[in-house]
Amino acid sequence: MQIVQTDVVIVGGGGAGLRAAIAVAEADPDLNVSLISKVVPMRSHTVAAEGGSAGVVQTEDSLDSHFYDTVAGGDWLCEQPVVDYFVANCTREMVQLEHWGCPWSRKDDGDINVRNFGGMSTARTWFAADKSGFHILHTLFQTSLKYASVHRFDEFFCLDLIVVDGRCQGIVAIEVATGEFFRFEARAVIFATGGAGRVYPCNTNAGISTGDGMGIAFRHGVALRDMEFVQYHPTALPGSGLLMTEGCRGEGGYLVNKDGYRYLQDYGLGPVDPSPRPKAMELGPRDKVSQAFWHEDRQGRTLETPLGTAVHLDLRHLGRAKLLERLPMICEMAETFLGIDPAEAPIPVRPAVHYTMGGIWTDGDTATNLPGLFAAGECSSVGIHGANRLGSNSLAEIVVFGKVAGEQAARAARAAPAIDARATTHEAEASMQSALALLGQDGDQRLADLRDTMQTAMENGVGIYRSAEGMQTACQTLEKVRNDYSRVRLDDKSRAFNTEWLTVIELGFTLDVARAMAYSALQRTESRGAHQRLDGYEKRDDEHFLKHSLAYAVADAPPRIDYEGVVITKLPPAERVYGGMARQEGH
Amino acid sequence: MATHDEIEIEVLRYHPETDSEPSYRTYRVPFAHETSVLQGLQYIKDRLDGSLTFRWSCRMAICGSCGMMINGVPNLTCSAFLREYHPGKLRIEPLAHLPIERDLAVDQTDFLEKLASIQPYIIPAESKAVDEGPFTQTPAQRERFYQYSECINCLLCYAACPQYGLDSGFLGPAALALLHRYNSDSRDVGKADRMPIVNAQEGVWACTLVGYCSEVCPKGVDPASAVNRNKVISTLDYFFRFMAPRGASE
Ligand SMILES: Cc1cc2nc3c(=O)[nH]c(=O)nc-3n(C[C@H](O)[C@H](O)[C@H](O)COP(=O)(O)OP(=O)(O)OC[C@H]3O[C@@H](n4cnc5c(N)ncnc54)[C@H](O)[C@@H]3O)c2cc1C
Ligand code: SF4
Ligand code: FES
Repeated sequence: MQIVQTDVVIVGGGGAGLRAAIAVAEADPDLNVSLISKVVPMRSHTVAAEGGSAGVVQTEDSLDSHFYDTVAGGDWLCEQPVVDYFVANCTREMVQLEHWGCPWSRKDDGDINVRNFGGMSTARTWFAADKSGFHILHTLFQTSLKYASVHRFDEFFCLDLIVVDGRCQGIVAIEVATGEFFRFEARAVIFATGGAGRVYPCNTNAGISTGDGMGIAFRHGVALRDMEFVQYHPTALPGSGLLMTEGCRGEGGYLVNKDGYRYLQDYGLGPVDPSPRPKAMELGPRDKVSQAFWHEDRQGRTLETPLGTAVHLDLRHLGRAKLLERLPMICEMAETFLGIDPAEAPIPVRPAVHYTMGGIWTDGDTATNLPGLFAAGECSSVGIHGANRLGSNSLAEIVVFGKVAGEQAARAARAAPAIDARATTHEAEASMQSALALLGQDGDQRLADLRDTMQTAMENGVGIYRSAEGMQTACQTLEKVRNDYSRVRLDDKSRAFNTEWLTVIELGFTLDVARAMAYSALQRTESRGAHQRLDGYEKRDDEHFLKHSLAYAVADAPPRIDYEGVVITKLPPAERVYGGMARQEGH
Repeated sequence: MATHDEIEIEVLRYHPETDSEPSYRTYRVPFAHETSVLQGLQYIKDRLDGSLTFRWSCRMAICGSCGMMINGVPNLTCSAFLREYHPGKLRIEPLAHLPIERDLAVDQTDFLEKLASIQPYIIPAESKAVDEGPFTQTPAQRERFYQYSECINCLLCYAACPQYGLDSGFLGPAALALLHRYNSDSRDVGKADRMPIVNAQEGVWACTLVGYCSEVCPKGVDPASAVNRNKVISTLDYFFRFMAPRGASE
C-alpha cells in the first residue's frame, strides 16, 4: 500500500470539491491539499446541470424573498439560520465565478441576465445559456490549476474513511488505472461526493452519482439526515431520464396533457397566463408539478410513448431564435435523442429521480458529527433544502458551502493533533482486505441483476406517492439484495482498471443509501414536500413531524431512525401557497 | 427497451497485465431505435462480459468521457446510435493517437498537462474585489470567445489530428482552442503570457491545416479556426515585438 501524507483530503472534484480546494488554497497556501476524484474533475456530474444558479440581483428582489421561497419550498423542514447564511452569500459566489471567467449570459448593456425558475418569486437564476453547470465546473477546474498547493489524484476511487480514536485521519483509495491501494493520511477530510440518483432506475443523474460518500460516512456512524426526501424532476425524457431543464419553463414553456390542456391549473397552480407568472402553473415547485403528472397519468390523460407515458413540454411558441439563444443544449438533445426540433414539435417528458435532498448530516459550518470530517454539496445535508429543493439552489449551494468547507477544513487541519500512523495503517489494511475479498469471492449473483432489483424496488415502493405496504415491500427486497450481495461473482478478477470491481463496491454504498431512504420514508407518517403518502397520512403533521429524520447504521440490522428538531428563527410554519394566491417578490 | 433487432459489435480488447498486444472480440447485442452505442457496450458489460472496460458518465454528450473510434471515426458513444450502423456491424476501438490504458480507455494525462500549461484562467488587468460586483461584458464581447469555451475535453479532435499522431509534442486542437478562449475574453490580459507557448515550435505552427478536428468536434467548437486565428495573432505578435515593447500590443 502506498502512503500519501497530506493536510486536507477532498474527495470529489465536482463543483463543491473544487470550490473547497480553492478555498483551502486561498486560506493557507502552506496546507497541502489532495483532491481525489473517481473521474477527472471536469467529468463530474455538476457538468450536466443546465438551468442555472440562484443569487438575488434585481433591485426589486430581496434576500428575504429568496429566504421565504426556500423555506416554504422546503415545506418548512429547512434550518433557517443556515438558509439565512446561504441566501446572503449566493450572489457573492456568483460574482466570484464571474471574476474567474464563467461566461454568464448577459443583458444587452453587459449586465448579468437572470431567468425565472420554479418556486422562486422572481427572476434570480443566473445562467450560462442552458449549460450553467458545465461552465461553472470548467471555470472552477481551470481556475484550480492556478493553485500550486492543490494536488490532484484523478481517477482515484475512495473506498473508505480512516477513523482512529473517534477522529477522521484520512482515507483509503484505489488508483483506478493500476488497482493499487493508497492510504492518504490527513488532518481533515472533506466529502464532496455528489448525489445518489442511481438508487432509482430512471433518473437524470450521471453513472457516477452512486452516493458513495453517504454510504461510507453512514458505515462510520455518521447520521444521514432527511433521506426520505427524493426529488422527482417533472420533465425528463421517458426511458433514459435525460433532463429537459426547468429553464424551459422559466423561459415560458408549457406542460400539456394528451388533450393539449395545461393541466396544472387543475392542481391549484392556476391562473393560466400566456406566460406563467412566478410560482404559478409551469413555474410551480417540482414536488407539486411531478405529483400532478402522477394524477394525470392515473386518470388516463397522458400520452403513450414506446418508453412509457408522458406529457408534452411545448416550447414552440417561444420561437426558434429564442430557443437557440437560451436553450441551445435542449435543442441539441431533443434533436439527438428524439429526432425532434422543439421549435416545430412538443417534447414528451415525464418525472424522473433527480436530486437527493437529504445527505450526510452537517452543522451550518459543514462539520459532520465525526471530528475531522466535513461534507458539502449534494452528498451533504447542511439544512437548506428541507423536504423539497428549489431548482437553482443547489448549484449555489455547492459553491457557497464548498467554500465554507474549505475554510473550516483548513482551520481544523491546523489545529488537529498528530496522526497515529500505526493505527491508520491497521484501519487501512482492514478496508483493503474487504475490497480484495469482493474481488476474489465466488457466488451465483450477477451485479447487474442486484442493481436492477434494488432500483425497481425503490421506484415501486418509494416513488412520488407512497404507502406503508409499498415501502415495506421495498425494505424487504433491499434486505434480500443485501444478503445476495455477499454472493456476487465478478467476471473480472484482475486489478488494473477493473470497473466491474469498482461498480460492485459502489453498489454496496448505493444499497446502504437506498435502505436509509426507504426506512426513513416508512417511519414518516405524514406527507410533506417530496414525501407524499396515500395511506391515511395525506396531511402535513407539524405536531409530530416538524423534525428531521436521522438514519444511523446498525450492524446486521435495518438502520435506526431518530429525529431532531428544526431550527426556526423567523418564519413559522404556514401553508405553502402557489398559483394566483402566492406571495410574489419583495414581500 | 423494445428490442427488435441484433447487431454485431467488434471491440478492441487489451489488458495491460496479461496481453502483449490488443485483440478483437465480437458480441451480439439486441437494440431498439433509441439504443445508443454506449448502451450497447453497457449491455455487453452487464450481461455478456463484465470485464469489458470503457469510460462513461453523463449519457448526454456533456462530460466528455465516452469518446471512442466507431468504425474508424472518433465519436461520442452516448450520442451515436446502433440503428445508424445496422444492418452492418460496428468496430469499436479506443481513441487513436492516445496510449491505451485498458480496452477502450485511453490515457488522458498528456492532454491534461497541456491544458494546464496554457494558463487557462482569467488573468485580469487589475484585481477587482468581489464586493465591487461583476465585470461588464456585452453579448458581443461574450460572443467573441463563447464558442471556444464550449469544449468538453472529449479528445475526439486529438484522435482526428494527423499532426498530433505524428508528434505528441504538438499542443493540439482543444488546448489551442482554450488558449484562444482566454485570449479573446474582454476580462483577460494574459495574452502576452500565453503567446510564447503558441509561438513555440509545438504551438500553432505545427498544424498543417487539415481541419479534420473541427469536422469531428461534437460541440461546434471549431478548434481549427482557433488554431488559425492564433497563427495570425502569432504573426502579428512577432511583428509588433520589433516595434514596441512586449505587452504594448494589448
Ligand atoms: C441533469 C441535471 C441538471 C441539473 N441542473 C441544475 C440546475 O440547473 N441548477 C441547480 O442548482 N442544480 C442543478 N442540478 C443539481 C446540481 O447539478 C448538483 O446537485 C450539483 O452539481 C452537485 O455537485 P457536487 O459537487 O455536490 O457533486 P458532483 O458534481 O456530482 O461531484 C461528485 C464528485 O465526487 C466524486 N466521487 C464520488 N464518489 C467518489 C469516490 N468513491 N471516490 C472518489 N471520488 C468520488 C466524483 O468523481 C465527482 O468528482 C442538476 C442536476 C442534474 C442531474
Ligand atoms: S475541441 Fe471539440 S473535439 Fe476537441 S476536445 Fe473540445 S469538444 Fe472535443
Ligand atoms: S457519457 Fe458523457 S459525453 Fe458521453
